[in-house]
Parts: sequence; C-alpha cells; structure tokens
Amino acid sequence: MDFLIFKAPILMVQASLDGILLGILFALIAYGMALQWGVMNIINIAQGDLVILGGYIAYTMYLAGIHPGWGVIVSPIIMFFVGWGLYKLVINKVVDRDLFISILATFGIAIVFQQLMNFIFGADVVVAQSEYGTTMLFDNSVTLPNSKIFSAFISLLYAVILVIYMKKSKLGRAIRATAQNARAAKILGVDTEKVYAATFGINAALCGVAGALIAITFTLHPYVGLPYTVRSFMIVIVAGLGNLPAVAISGMGLGMFEEFADYILGTEFRIGSVFMLLVLILVYRRFKLSRKREYLK
Amino acid sequence: MKKSDLILYSGLIIFGLAAPYLFPAFKVQLTILCILIVLAMTWNLQGGEMGYNSFGNILFYGLGMYLCASVQVGMFFPLAEWTESGGEKTFEHTTSQFFQGMGFGLLVAALIPTIVAGLIGYAILGLRGHYFAICTLGLGIAAGEIAGGIEIIGAGQGFTTPPFPKDIVNPEARGEFFYFLSFILLIATFIFIKWIYGSRFKLILNAIRDNEDKAEAMGIETMKYKIVGWMVSAFFCGLAGGIMGGLIGYIDSTDVAFDGREMGVFMVLMAILGGKGTLWGPIIGATLFHIFKEGFWTILLGWQYVALGVLIVVIVIYFPEGLMGWLREKYPERFGEVIDEKDRKAQVELK
Repeated sequence: MDFLIFKAPILMVQASLDGILLGILFALIAYGMALQWGVMNIINIAQGDLVILGGYIAYTMYLAGIHPGWGVIVSPIIMFFVGWGLYKLVINKVVDRDLFISILATFGIAIVFQQLMNFIFGADVVVAQSEYGTTMLFDNSVTLPNSKIFSAFISLLYAVILVIYMKKSKLGRAIRATAQNARAAKILGVDTEKVYAATFGINAALCGVAGALIAITFTLHPYVGLPYTVRSFMIVIVAGLGNLPAVAISGMGLGMFEEFADYILGTEFRIGSVFMLLVLILVYRRFKLSRKREYLK
Repeated sequence: MKKSDLILYSGLIIFGLAAPYLFPAFKVQLTILCILIVLAMTWNLQGGEMGYNSFGNILFYGLGMYLCASVQVGMFFPLAEWTESGGEKTFEHTTSQFFQGMGFGLLVAALIPTIVAGLIGYAILGLRGHYFAICTLGLGIAAGEIAGGIEIIGAGQGFTTPPFPKDIVNPEARGEFFYFLSFILLIATFIFIKWIYGSRFKLILNAIRDNEDKAEAMGIETMKYKIVGWMVSAFFCGLAGGIMGGLIGYIDSTDVAFDGREMGVFMVLMAILGGKGTLWGPIIGATLFHIFKEGFWTILLGWQYVALGVLIVVIVIYFPEGLMGWLREKYPERFGEVIDEKDRKAQVELK
C-alpha cells in the first residue's frame, strides 16, 4: 500500500491526537442534540447551522478587535436567546408531533439560517486567528496547535458544568423529570413549555460554545452545517441518549476515524466518508437488531 | 373508465401535446415541470403510500443523470479525455450518435438505479421512521460528496453533457425533443402509478404504512414489497435524472445531480403540499410549487432560499395534510367517504 500514513507511523500519532481533540468538540455538540432529543423528542437538522452561527459570533468579535477566545463566553449567551426565540417561533409547534415533521421543519430552518449567514457574513471561508501558537511533540514531528488543546479543554469544562447543573439545579431537575415523563411532570407542577424552551436554549448555547471553538481551530463557511448535524446524530445513536461518557468516547472515535480517513482516502472524501459511516452504522444496528426481530426505535 | 375521466385525460394529453407550441417561451419550464411531477409522484409512493419518508430518492436521480451522460459519451469517445477537455471542444456527436447514445443512456439510467435500489433496499428499508429518513439523507449527501471526488466523471469541476447535434438547424428542436421526452416519461409514470393505485400492491403499501408489524403478522412479506416499491421509484427517478442532465447540459456533483438541498427537498415538499397518499396530490402540488417558484424566484432576488426555508416550515407545520387532505376534510363526500354524524360526535368526545 502506498499510503503516506503507513510509511511514516508518526503520522498515526498525529492523526490520533488531532482526532481525539476534535472528537471532544463533536461530543459537546452531540450532547446538546441528545438533550433535546431526549427531552423534546425532536431531531434538529439545524443543529450544525446553530454551531456555525455561534462560530460567526466569535468571528464578528474577532473582526471588532476582541480576542476570539472570549467567544466561548459571549457566543453561548447570545445563542441561548436565539434558541429560545427559535423555540417560541417554530419548535413549539413540532414537539409532540411526528418526528418526520420535526426533521423537515428544522431542515427548512437550516436553509434559512444558511442563506441569512451567507448574506451577512459572505460566502468566503473565514477563520478567527487566536494566535495561541503551537506545541511540538516527539522531536517536532507532531504539531499540535494550542487552539485545539484549548478547545478540547473548554469543551470538557462546559460538559462538566452542564452535568453538574443538570444534577443540582432546580431547572436541571425539571428538565430530567420532563424527559422521563412529560405528563407526570406537568401534573406535578413543572411548566413543561418553559422547560422545553430552556432545553432548546441550552442546546443552542452548547452549539454556540462549539461554534466559537470551531471558529478559532478550524474554518467557517455558511454551508458546512449539515456535516456537524450528521456527526452529532451519529454519536447520539451510537452512544444512546443521556450516557455522557459514551458520548465522549464515541465522539473521540469519530474524530479519529475522520482524521485517518483524511489521510488514507484523501481530503476530498472526508465529508463523504462521514456520511457513509452514518449509513453503515445504521445498517449495522439494523441487522444486529433484526436477529431479535426488533428494529431501531 | 368513466366519461368524465375520459374527457379529463384526453384534455390533459391534448394540452400537454400543444403546450410547447402554445407557450414556446416556457418550453424549458414545462419540461422541468414534467420532471418535477414525476419525482413528486414517485416520492409519494414511498412517503405517502408506504410511510417511508425518504430523502434519498435524489440518489437515483443523480445516478441516472451521471450514467446517462457517461454512456452517451463513453459509447463513442474516451470518457476520461472528454471530461478533461471540458467536453464538446475536442469531440462532437453526430446526429445519429447523439440519439443512439441518449437512448442507451436512458436505458442504463433506468436499469442501474433500479438494481442499486434492489441491492441496498434490504439493508436500508429495515430501518424505520426517522432512522430511515436520516439514513437516506446521509446516503444522498454521501453520493454527492463521493461523486465530487471521482476524476473520470469530472470530479469537482463538473461534467458537460453532449450538446445537441449541430446538423439539426431548427432552433426549437432541442427544446421540443426534451419536452416530449419528459412528457412521455410523465405519461408512462402516471399510467404505471395509476395502475398501482388500482392494484393489491397499493393496499399492501398502505398496510405497511398503517402498521407494519400487523401487516407482517397477516402473512405479507413486507420487505419484498418495500423493496419493489423502492425499485419502482428508482426506475422513474433514474429516467428523470437522465433527461434532466441532457436538458441542463452540465452536471455538477452537489449542485445539479445529488442536489439534496434543492431537488431532494423539492420532491418531498411538492408531495406534501399537494397531499401525500393521493394520486393527484403530487401532481397539483408540483404544479403549484413550480408556478410559485418560477413566479417568485426572480422577484425575491437572492432571498429565494430564505423564502424556500420559510415555505418548508409553513407547509410542514400548518398544512401537513396538503391540499388534497384539506379538500378531503372539507368535502368528504367527494372522496367517496361517508361520515356518520353520531360517529363523528363520539370521536370528538373521546378527544
């Protein structure tokens, strides 16, 4: 085999480290998706576009002369209200309905978001320079941008904060109760409408954090949202709803898969391989369950 | 066949045959309308009748488009050199070569997607509900991304389909050729789907939609029928893609062929707008949608995708049953439904 990665094994270390750092970021987005899926039973195709919007908020700060690293605090606050507004406008009408309706409706939202971002920020690929420098490992043969380490650290921090918040706070308890049984929660005095809005807002805020991190580690473009949606969907179906360690591990696995696919198949097939992996995982699960005469629910 | 039906059908056919001469300026639009109706009707077979909401029928459409063009070129010239030189500059199809190539191309464009649907059907159709929807969405986009990386069909820079032969001097000939080709496809699709609507097959598909487990318990081999249903869609989608590729004259992997963002959503939207699970719904939906799109696209100037997104949200949230569903609610007797007043009251109380 004439692949560079097999000739120079050190590249495997590079790909693995890149993949793990990237995967933690994916896991953060996936956690948001699992949250809204579990609580509201909707699949949000616009998830990736919320991420990109969060990234553009950090990019705007960068243009205004503020260090984009602060985006990880500003972006979630703005995105929380975007998510809240989106819930009040559209999402509250698709909760409790057929999942296909939520898929199509959020697909429509995704198209609107993409186009609006295209108008406001232009169709160019942009990046917010963090100027964090790079770390060299193993005799300078493995390079790790510090921004990636920063992004993995911030993702973990937010995940931990969120878990504690969900366990301890009143709203967190209300969200978990609604996820278990919305009707019973309503009877016991939980304002489920508010819980749903808060859940969607928290999800959007998580997307905002992830977006701000993507703005400094990778590139932004108005139309690259869908791959993030698919990645988070994939992580959720592999890890299950509400199993945080599994979400983190499958996120890292996906990140590593992508980096290796990038080296072996070539960059032009990177996104294609992500979508193919989704199909393969679903088909694998389907065959595994069909032996027990069951199907994915 | 009833007399009123006969008048309706013959009227529509005469209109269809006369349309390119009556509105010569709208020939391309009429051709696209025929293709859109075919796509909406075949999507309806999955989404409306079988209850499997597929975003992946675009896969067969794009596959048909690439196959038809590749066969049309590859039969006479080396394909790799054609795509490298950007097509028509170095090679030229004679009249007979063009039509022979188109004929064979359409044949391949119909058969290969059907076979592909049959092969992947067993794996994919075992998924249900939203898993099926997401899986097919991934399939369509993956196909586009992968096609964008393959050199021989032009990779990212696209693929020029053979231009219409220069020997035919009549400037109207190209438009008329593609119009009648798509019109024939539309009629063939309509006859076939109309036949399905009168057959046991449609009842089986409905049974799968309403409750697949019960249908299976009744002794129906649901998987077999699901695959056949998908293959029927793939057949017509492939043909539609082949014709559309020739009409547009240029194939791009993600913007023309595997265009999940436009065509892939349009076919779902058109069927829902008209009313899923009805014979005429997708036809009416596609016509309305096309008129709306062409009427407003130019006025909106750049905002068309925003309008499209809003349109999707509004249709899906407020009219999930579509136009035919609304009519059915309003005039149930026209649809041959008898409503017992007592029964209706009892149902209201149950809610």
